Amino acid sequence: MSTTLLAVQTLNGLQLGILLFLIAAGLTLVFGVMDFINLAHGVQYMLGAYLAVAGYQLTGSFWLALIIGLALALFCGLVLEFLVFRRLYDRDHLDQVLATFGVILFLNEAVKVIWGAAPLSLPAPNLLDGAIPLVNNLQYPVYRLALIVSGLGVAALLYVLVTRTRVGMLVRAGATNPDMVAALGVNIRRLFMIVFGFGTMLAGFAGIMAAPILSVEPGMGDNLLILAFVVIVVGGIGSIRGAFLAALIIGLVDTLGRSFATDIAKLALPPAAANDVGPALASMLIYILMAAVLFFRPSGLFPVRSA
Amino acid sequence: MTVSEAAPILELQGLNKSYGALHVTKDVSLTVRRGEIHALIGPNGAGKTTLIGQISGSIAPNSGAIVFAGEDVSSLGVAQRARKGLGRSFQITAILPAFSVLENVALAVQAKDGHSFRFFKRASSDAELNNRAKVYLEMVGMTARAGLRAGDLSHGEKRVLEVAIALAGGPKLMLLDEPMAGTGPEETERLVTVLHGLKAKIPMLLIEHDMSAVFQLADRISVLVYGEIIASGAPEDIRRDPAVREAYLGGESDL
Amino acid sequence: MMTRRLTAVGLPAALFVVLALVPLYAGVFDDRFVLLFATRILIFAIVAVSLDFILGYGEMVSFGHAAYIGLGAYAVGILAEHDVWAAWISFPLAMAVCALFALVTGAISLRTRGVYFIMITLAFGQMAYYTTTSLSAYGGDDGLTMWGRSELFGTGLFNGDTSFYYIVFGVLLASYLILKVMTRSRFGRVLEGAKQNEARMEAIGIDPYRYRLTAFVLAGTIAGLAGALMANQAEFVSPAYMSWHRSGELIVMVILGGMGHLHGAILGAIAYMVLEETLSGYTEHWRLIFGPLLILIVLYGKGGLLGAIRGR
Repeated sequence: MSTTLLAVQTLNGLQLGILLFLIAAGLTLVFGVMDFINLAHGVQYMLGAYLAVAGYQLTGSFWLALIIGLALALFCGLVLEFLVFRRLYDRDHLDQVLATFGVILFLNEAVKVIWGAAPLSLPAPNLLDGAIPLVNNLQYPVYRLALIVSGLGVAALLYVLVTRTRVGMLVRAGATNPDMVAALGVNIRRLFMIVFGFGTMLAGFAGIMAAPILSVEPGMGDNLLILAFVVIVVGGIGSIRGAFLAALIIGLVDTLGRSFATDIAKLALPPAAANDVGPALASMLIYILMAAVLFFRPSGLFPVRSA
Repeated sequence: MTVSEAAPILELQGLNKSYGALHVTKDVSLTVRRGEIHALIGPNGAGKTTLIGQISGSIAPNSGAIVFAGEDVSSLGVAQRARKGLGRSFQITAILPAFSVLENVALAVQAKDGHSFRFFKRASSDAELNNRAKVYLEMVGMTARAGLRAGDLSHGEKRVLEVAIALAGGPKLMLLDEPMAGTGPEETERLVTVLHGLKAKIPMLLIEHDMSAVFQLADRISVLVYGEIIASGAPEDIRRDPAVREAYLGGESDL
Repeated sequence: MMTRRLTAVGLPAALFVVLALVPLYAGVFDDRFVLLFATRILIFAIVAVSLDFILGYGEMVSFGHAAYIGLGAYAVGILAEHDVWAAWISFPLAMAVCALFALVTGAISLRTRGVYFIMITLAFGQMAYYTTTSLSAYGGDDGLTMWGRSELFGTGLFNGDTSFYYIVFGVLLASYLILKVMTRSRFGRVLEGAKQNEARMEAIGIDPYRYRLTAFVLAGTIAGLAGALMANQAEFVSPAYMSWHRSGELIVMVILGGMGHLHGAILGAIAYMVLEETLSGYTEHWRLIFGPLLILIVLYGKGGLLGAIRGR
C-alpha cells in the first residue's frame, strides 16, 4: 500500500464521487420536487455519452460533441417527459418504478440497435490530453482532473441556483412541502419541466464527461443509477447538500475499498483466503455503509422531510 | 371510593413542547378521573393536535411527564401505550376501509389478545373473535352494518365505528379527537347518546368543537388557548369564566 | 358476487389442474420443450407468488427479490461444487441462507417506507449480486456449472423431466396454499390492515414492523427455495440470476397478473414468460416492443390479467 497508489486512488474516488453527484443531484431534485422516482435517470446518463460519441463522429471535435450531446440529451429527456413521465406524476411509486423500468428496457435495447452492443469510446480533447506530475513521481491524467474540477464547478453552480434564485427557492420549498408550492399558485407544470430538464442535463453531462474514461456501452447507466440511489438514500432524499457529501463518501469508500480491501484482509487472514474475501468485502462495503447510516438515521444524513 | 379508584386515570404533568421558537404546549397539566368525561376545548391553533400527539405517543414532549393508570408512559411508543389501555379515535377518520365493519372491530379485539402471530386459522370464521367483536358493535348500535365494507359507510357511521374500534381494545381511557367533526345533527345526537352510555364504564378525554355536545357530555372542561390551559372546572364555571369568554369567543357569549 | 366467488376459488383451481396436466400434454405430443419451458415458468411463478405476498398484501415494494433466487441457487451450486448433492441438506440450507439475508436486510429496510424502501431493497439486491461476481473460487462473473442435479434419498427424482416438473409443481402448490391461508389468518389481517391505515394499527396497539418483517423473511425463504430448484433446472448458477433487471421483471409479473391475489402472480409469470418467448422468437431486440408495452400496461391496464378476467 504505497502513498502514491493511495493518492491516485483517492483522486479516482473523488472522480467517481463527482459523477455520482451529477447523477444523484438530478434524481434527488426530481424526487424532492415532484415526488417522482425515475429509474430511467440512468439511461439518460447513457444517452448523454452515446449522443456525444455520435456528435464526435459527426464533427470530430470534443467540444462540439459536448454541446451536441447536452442539447440532444435535453431534447430526449423532454420528449420522454412529454410522452411518458407527465402521466406518472399522480401515480403511486410502484407505477412510476414499473413504467420507468419499461423506459430503461426500451432505451438500452434501442441503443444496442443503433450503435451496436460493442463498447465505443470518445477521445479526450487535445487540450486536456496527457498527464501532469502531481507530487514527486506521480503522474495523473489531466482529463480526469478536469472532470473533477468541472464537477465541482457544476456543484457550485447548482448551489447558487438553489439558494439564490426564485426557481431554486421554489425547488427547496417543493422538497419540504409540495402542497404549499401548489397553493402559492406557482405554475407547477412549468416548474416540473425546468427541474426535470435540468436533472436530465446533469445526467447527460455526467455521461459525456465519463465517456472518454469509461467505455460507452448499453446498460452503462444502470449500475451508476443504483449507486446514485445509495447516494441519495444516505444523503437524505431531496437534499442537494446531502447528495454532494454522500456522493463523495460513496465514491471514495468504493474506490479505496476495492483497491485496498485485499491488502487489509491479508492483515487478518492467510493470503489465499484474503484474495477471496477481500473483493467480496469490497463490493459490499458501500451497502454496509448505507445500512449503518440508515440504522442511526432512517431518513439519511440531511433529511428534508420525513420518509 | 377507595384511594386507588379516586386516583386519576390520566395525569399530564407540566408538558412543554416547542418547535423552534414556537412554543405550542406551555406547561400543560391536566387530569382525567375515573368515571368522568373531561372535555378539552379551545380555538383553532390552540395546540390541541400537538397535545393529543403527546398523549398518544406520536410526539415526544420537551419536558414533563404523562402518567397513565398510575404508570409513567412518557417514554413509550404509540402501540405500547395503546396496549396499556389507551384507546383513541382520530380527527380524520382512521378506519380500515377495505375491511368489513366487523373485521375492523375484530382486528382490534385480536390486537387486545396480544400478538397476532397466528398463521393458519381463518380469521373470518374465528367464532370467538367475531362474537366478541359483535358485542362492541351492539354497544354502539351498528350490528346491522356488520357485513358492510367500512369504506362504504356514511361519514357519521364511520365516526361511530371508530368508537367501536377504540372500545374493542378494552380501553382504560378513550382519547376522542373531535368525534363529531363533520357529522350531521342526527349523527351527532347518536354519538352523544353512545358516549353518554359508555361514560360510567370508560373515562374519556374528549376534544371537541361542538359546544352543545361538550356541555351535554362533559363533567369537567379545560380550555386550551395558545398552548396554555387558561381555565379548568365544571361546565357551569367554564360557561361563566370571563377569561374563557374573552380568549375563546372574543367576549361574545353563546357558550 | 357469484362471479367473484368463482374467480376466487374456481380460477386458481382450474389453473392448477391445467398446470398438472402439462406433462400429459408433453407426453402425448412428444413435446419436451413445452415441459422444460413450463418447469422454468413454474419456478418463476413460485418467486412471483412469494413477492405478491409482501407486495400485494403488505405493500412492500421489494426491488431486490431476485437476490433470493441467486442466494438459493448458489447455496445448492456451492455445495455441489464440494460434492454435496443431498437435497435434504442443500435445500434447507438454501432456505436458511435466504431467511437470514431477508432478516438482516429486512430489519434495516423496514425501518423506512415508500421510496426509501424501494431503493434500499434494490441496493441490497445489488450487494448480493456484486458479492457473487467477486466469488472467484466459484466462477465469479462467469457463474458455476453443476455437473448434475440434487439427489433426493437416491430416488433420482430431480433427474427425470416429468418427475422434476412435479416437484416444482408441488412446491408451487404448497407455497400458494400456505401463503393463501396466511393471508386470511390473524397474521394476514394485520399485514393488510397496516397497508390500509398504519396509524389506526398503532392506535389499537399493533406495531406492524414485526409482522412485516416476518412476511418479508417468509417471502425471501420461499424465493430461496425456488432458487434451489432453478439451480437444478439449469444445472448452472450465475450472478445474472440476481441482476436488478430480474427483480424488476418479478414485479412486472406480479402486476401483470393482478396484484394481491397470489394466483394472479402465477398468471403473470406465465404471461410474462410466454410473451418474452414469443417476442424473442420474432426479434432478438424484443425489449424494444416489451418496454413500451410495459408502459402501456402500467398506464392503462389497472388490475392486470385478473382485472381483465373480472371485466373491471
